[in-house]
Amino acid sequence: MKRALLVLAVAVVYVLHQDIWFWRTAHPLVFGFVPIGLFYHACFSVLAALLMGLLVKCAWPAHLEKEVESPAHRAEEQR
Amino acid sequence: MIPATVVFVYLGIVFYIGIFAFRQSRDRQQAEGYFLANRSLGAFVFLFSLFGTNMTAFAILGSSGHAFNNGIATYGLMASASGLVIPLTIFLIGTRLWALGKKYGFMTPVQMLRDRWECGHIGTVIFAVQAALLVPYIVIGVKGGGTTLEAVSGGLVPFWFGGAIVALVVMSYVFFGGMRGTAWVNTFQTILFLLFGVVAVTVIGAGMGGFRNTVEAMLASPGTAPLLSRERISPLYFFSYTFIPLSSIAFPHICIFALTAKKMAHFKKTVILYPLCIMAIWLPCVFLGVTANRAADIPAIKAKVEARRVLATQGPQMAPEQRDGLREKMAADDILLLLLDKYAPLWLAGLLGAGIMAAVMASDSQILALSTMFAEDVFTWYGHKERFGQAVQVNTGRVFIVLLTIVSYALALKAPQSIFELAIQYGFSGYAALSPLLFAALFWRGSTKWGALACALWVTVAMIAVAVFQYAVPAPAPGPPVVISSWSLFGQTALARTPGGTAVFGFMPVVPMTLISALLMFVVSKFTAKPGAGTLAKYFEHTQGSRLL
Repeated sequence: MKRALLVLAVAVVYVLHQDIWFWRTAHPLVFGFVPIGLFYHACFSVLAALLMGLLVKCAWPAHLEKEVESPAHRAEEQR
Repeated sequence: MIPATVVFVYLGIVFYIGIFAFRQSRDRQQAEGYFLANRSLGAFVFLFSLFGTNMTAFAILGSSGHAFNNGIATYGLMASASGLVIPLTIFLIGTRLWALGKKYGFMTPVQMLRDRWECGHIGTVIFAVQAALLVPYIVIGVKGGGTTLEAVSGGLVPFWFGGAIVALVVMSYVFFGGMRGTAWVNTFQTILFLLFGVVAVTVIGAGMGGFRNTVEAMLASPGTAPLLSRERISPLYFFSYTFIPLSSIAFPHICIFALTAKKMAHFKKTVILYPLCIMAIWLPCVFLGVTANRAADIPAIKAKVEARRVLATQGPQMAPEQRDGLREKMAADDILLLLLDKYAPLWLAGLLGAGIMAAVMASDSQILALSTMFAEDVFTWYGHKERFGQAVQVNTGRVFIVLLTIVSYALALKAPQSIFELAIQYGFSGYAALSPLLFAALFWRGSTKWGALACALWVTVAMIAVAVFQYAVPAPAPGPPVVISSWSLFGQTALARTPGGTAVFGFMPVVPMTLISALLMFVVSKFTAKPGAGTLAKYFEHTQGSRLL
C-alpha cells in the first residue's frame, strides 16, 4: 500500500509539470514582476524537493546499504 | 581588461586545485585512486561535485540564450523537469550502481552491464555509442570557454585562443588530479555559480531600472509579451522535454560519479537538495535571459531582436541560407555576458564571468569518464592491464585525456550550432534513449544482452537518421512546420521539420527514441536467452532490491 501511494505521488507530480492552466497568460505577476507560469514552475521545483524527501524517508533501499556496509563485506574487502 | 584578469586568476586557482589533489593523493597510480578517488567522497563534496558536473555551459549560457528567444518556457522545459527526473533517477539507479560498484568493484557502467548480461563485445558496442555521444558534450565546454573569455576580455582574447586556454586548464587538472581533483574543482565551481545567480539578478535588475518596469514594458509590446507565457510553445513539445533529463543518469560520468561516494547515506542530501540547486541557478538565468529583450540600449542585443523580427516576418520568403544567417545573428548564448558588460561594475563583471566560466568548465568529468571507460572497458578488458600493470593503465588513461582534449578543441572550432542546440540534438536525446538499458539491467531479471544490443543499435540509427533528416530538409521560418509525411494521428502529422528541429507526431524525437528503445529491450529480451542463474542471483537475490520503489 505504501509503495502504491509513493508511485502515485511520483505520477501526480509528473502530471503537475504539464500545467496547461497557465499556458497562455502571464498574469497574475507574482511580486509584481514574476509571470505566473514561471512562478508555478519555481514552486514545482520546491515540490520536487519535498517529494524526494518523502522517497528518502519512506522508500530508502536500506537493504543495499546494510549488505555492502556489513562487517562481513568489509572483512572481505580487506582480504 | 579587469574582468579578463579576474577570470584568469580563477583559471589559475582551479589549475592549482588539480595540482594540490595530485600531491595529496597517495594512491594516484592506483586505478581506483585515480579514476574514483578511492570511493571516498564525503557528503558535501559528493552533492556539489555531482550537481556541478551536470551543470554545463548550457545551464548558464544556453538557458539564458534560449530564454531570450523562447521566453519563460525555458525554465519549465529543462529546469523544473530536471529537478524532478534527475534526482529520481539518482535515487533509483545511482544508489544501486553505488552498491554494486562497492560490492563487485565496478568502475564503469559498461563493466556492470557486461557482468549483468554476460557479454563481451556487446559491452564494447555500448562503450562506443556512449563515447561517441559524450564528445559533443565535451565540445560544449570548450565552445563555452571560448565564448566567455572572448566576451569578458572585450574581444582581446579571440574565441579560438579562449577555447584553447580553457581546454588546456581543464585537461591539466584532470590529468594530474584525476577524480579527486575533478571533484574538488567541481565543488569550488558549484559554490561559485550558485552565488552567481543571486548577484547577477540584483546587479542587472538595478541596472535595468527594476524588473517591475521591465516586465510591464514587455507585456505592453506585442513582440515581447508572448515571451512571458508559453503561448508559442506546443504542449506536446513541452511534454517531450520531460524525457530529456533521463539522459543524466545514462551519462557515463554521472554513473561513475555515483560510484565515488564513501557511504550510501551521502545520496540522501544529494537527492533532496538537487531540485533546489537547479532552481537556484536556472531561475535567475532564465529570468535575466527573458528580460534582456528590453535591453535595447545594448547594440548587440538590439541586433538580435531585429534579426528575430526579420526572420518571423520575412523568413518564409527567404532562402534557407538567409534564414540560417539570421538564426546565427539571433543566437543568444552570450546574452548574460552582454548584460554584465553593460550593467555590472568592472570588478564584479570579472567575478561573475568567473562564475560563468565555472559552469562552462564542467566538461572535466566527461573527459575523465571517457578516460576511465577507455582504461577499464577497453585497455583492461582486452588484457592489457594484466600484461603491463596498473601504473601503465593509469598513464594510458592520462594520454587518452590529452588526445581527447585535442580532438574536442578541433571540433569546437568547426561546430557552428549554438551551444543549446548542439547539446540537445546530439547528446541528451541519445543518452535519454539509452536509459532503458540501466532500468532493465537493474530492475528486470528477464532482460538480455541481445535486448541491450538492440537498444544501442537503435539509438545509433535514430541519431544518424535525425541528423541526416535535419541536414536534408532545411529548417523553416517560425510558423507552420514543413510536413514530410501526410499521415496523421489525432491531428498530428507523422513527421515534420520544425524551426527548432524535428517533430514526430508532434513530439520531439527523444520521445519515440526512448519509447522504441524500451520496447526493443522488452521484445528482443523476451525471445533471447537469459543470463545464467548464478548471475541473476547475484543481482536479484533481494527481491526488494529489484523493485522500483
